[in-house]
Amino acid sequence: MELAEYFKLVFTDYTLRTITLGTAILGAVTGMLGSFAVLRKQSLLGDAISHAALPGIAIAFLITGAKDSNTLLLGALVSGLVGTFWIRGIVKKTHLKSDTALGLILSLFFGFGMLLLTFIQKQPNANQAGLDKYLFGQAATLVESDVWLMAIITGLCLFVLLLFWKEFKILLFDADYTKTLGFNTKTIDILITSFIVLAIVLGLQTVGVVLMSAMLLAPAAAARQWTNSLSKMVFLAAIFGAFSGVFGTAISASQTNLSTGPVIVLVAAVFVIISFVFSPSRGLLFKQIRFIKNRRDLELHKTLALMHHIAETHDDISHPHAIKLLNNFQGFTRKTLQKLVEKNYVTLDGNMWSLTKTGFETAKNLYTKQTTEDE
Amino acid sequence: MNSAQIEIQLIASLVAIACAIPGTFLVLRKMAMISDAISHSILPGIVIGFFITQDLNSPLLIVLAAFTGIITVVLVEYIQKTGLVKEDTAIGLVFPALFSIGVILIAKNANDVHLDVDAVLVGELALAPFDRLLISGVDVGPKSLWIIGVILLITIALLIAFFKELKISTFDKGLAASLGFSPAIIHYGLMTVSSVTTVGAFDAVGAILVVALMIAPAATAYLLTTDLKKMLGLSVFFGVFSAISGYWLAHVLDASIAGSITTVLGMVFLLVYLFAPSKGVIAVMYREKQQRTEVSLLTFLLHLKNHNEVEERHVNHLREHINWQKVRAKTVLELALKNNMILIDNDVVSLTQKGDTFTSKAIDYIITNEDAQIEDMKDDFFLFRG
Repeated sequence: MELAEYFKLVFTDYTLRTITLGTAILGAVTGMLGSFAVLRKQSLLGDAISHAALPGIAIAFLITGAKDSNTLLLGALVSGLVGTFWIRGIVKKTHLKSDTALGLILSLFFGFGMLLLTFIQKQPNANQAGLDKYLFGQAATLVESDVWLMAIITGLCLFVLLLFWKEFKILLFDADYTKTLGFNTKTIDILITSFIVLAIVLGLQTVGVVLMSAMLLAPAAAARQWTNSLSKMVFLAAIFGAFSGVFGTAISASQTNLSTGPVIVLVAAVFVIISFVFSPSRGLLFKQIRFIKNRRDLELHKTLALMHHIAETHDDISHPHAIKLLNNFQGFTRKTLQKLVEKNYVTLDGNMWSLTKTGFETAKNLYTKQTTEDE
Repeated sequence: MNSAQIEIQLIASLVAIACAIPGTFLVLRKMAMISDAISHSILPGIVIGFFITQDLNSPLLIVLAAFTGIITVVLVEYIQKTGLVKEDTAIGLVFPALFSIGVILIAKNANDVHLDVDAVLVGELALAPFDRLLISGVDVGPKSLWIIGVILLITIALLIAFFKELKISTFDKGLAASLGFSPAIIHYGLMTVSSVTTVGAFDAVGAILVVALMIAPAATAYLLTTDLKKMLGLSVFFGVFSAISGYWLAHVLDASIAGSITTVLGMVFLLVYLFAPSKGVIAVMYREKQQRTEVSLLTFLLHLKNHNEVEERHVNHLREHINWQKVRAKTVLELALKNNMILIDNDVVSLTQKGDTFTSKAIDYIITNEDAQIEDMKDDFFLFRG
């Protein structure tokens, strides 16, 4: 199937429409909540939680014996929350650092989940096939009720986010101040963490345990580069997430043998790379350009200062001097000289240069006042 | 026990030791999550290596995959250096992207060959003894045993050779640099060893178990000791213990060996986490409670010292004044009495000679901002602790 065909079919074909909607909503909600995870320096929490959700899925299946996705997700939610609070407990009560706690919970829960999964596979119950789709996710298994569930939870997230916007924001940037204002920081903290867990669990069916953390981080990290305002960042992250979902689904649907999860993650990674390079204020490209420009300005200033130094010794400031004089000076090039002429700081006459009045004045004030204008 | 069982346990134990050594340093250097990143992002290296060699145990594949691991570390550090995102975000961005590339490469090209993602993630230790290494037709044991054995030997040799350097650079980077040890070489050396170990272990035990075997024994040991050599020894012990008992758990449950080993590791950690003598949760909670009472006691004694008026020192008044609940007030009063700090005469509390000296000293420490000294002073004065 070609990409164009996909976009034609997306409005008519039931499966495609469901999957596309599902991944778009998922991308939006994870992007939104991911912004908080990234800003709270809890980026890897998503990775740990998504792995920690696995035993919950297995236990929910063991108890109910049914493969109803809502029950399994509930199990995942509980075990994700247990993992999260255990991580907090380890960091708070022992001297183990957060990276160790994350890695511990991640690998231990996941290993336990694998133990349960392999244990279930050996059970004489034909119903168990397909549990391992939660490892990498299978967007193709999304049905309309799943999308409804996602939409409802997204709506709930949005509602809570708007309701407690002020609290979330202040906790994010100044936790101590929040406490002194009398907010119950613990409750706000638990609320936002629980919603992050919820968003992760929601994505397990589509993207899977292993790649879910990227869904949380990538849109937020990309959005962070374009703005310094929290509301804009959350909004942008939601957009980036939704687009990653749609494009990822489109690309994987247009090729055979491409699972949706990894493709969505790669599309999100492309968003990140573009943002890293091309963002106007923080991006690497413009940073490099600014860096080169600053260096050139500095060289120009240094040359001008040297000229001023030489010209100072004469009564007549525009007394001509040989260009040779400047040759051994660091920062002097033919180009800087040309530039100085253009700016009317210097006049050239054959092999001689002389400082103009403006040039002399500028050079005199070069290090005594802060020049803001660009050279 | 048949020979296959012994071989499996031997491989598992060797993997556990090989992981515990770099794991200890990763935990101490706060880089535990790097091992998670490496274990995921070696996937594209393994896949590409597999396409070239068509053999999961070829040395070239290990080299390529370890190289991908180092690329991951370099990429993470590069992104972090740009200052655009924090380190943890950088890790979280790099490895899923590389892992996705690996998964897609497998899905597009390797449908008909023996390599699937589940096997990479979880490994299948039970099959390890069946892949034999033949040297000129003679069976010398399972291939994975040899691979992990060689990696372990190299790791131990490096550990012994560079123990001093590793130790100094782990605990005091500045000192290490000023003594002339290059922090970069030690850092990348450790990263290389971690990558090679991860790769060597992955096809026997899978990527996730590698992470568990690196972090869990070291973290468990760290709760029990603060001596580097003891910590290394303990993590090796916990690793091997979990490997062997995990194998038998899997045997009983008929489930994945890697999963069982991780589960045992988890249970060992949970036990130590709860019951470790000085750093376990229960010990910490007990100590916190003790300190809370002792701080209350100090506040109480300071109050007594500040007031000579009889009405200020009446038992009932104190309760209102310091706003303690009845039980709390009673505990503090009893503690003070037991330690001979106060006298109660007709419900009026007064400091004894000892209580007075204690309080004066405490005030001295508080006003000179040496609050920590009060902790030491308690040993001299207290007969009973809170």
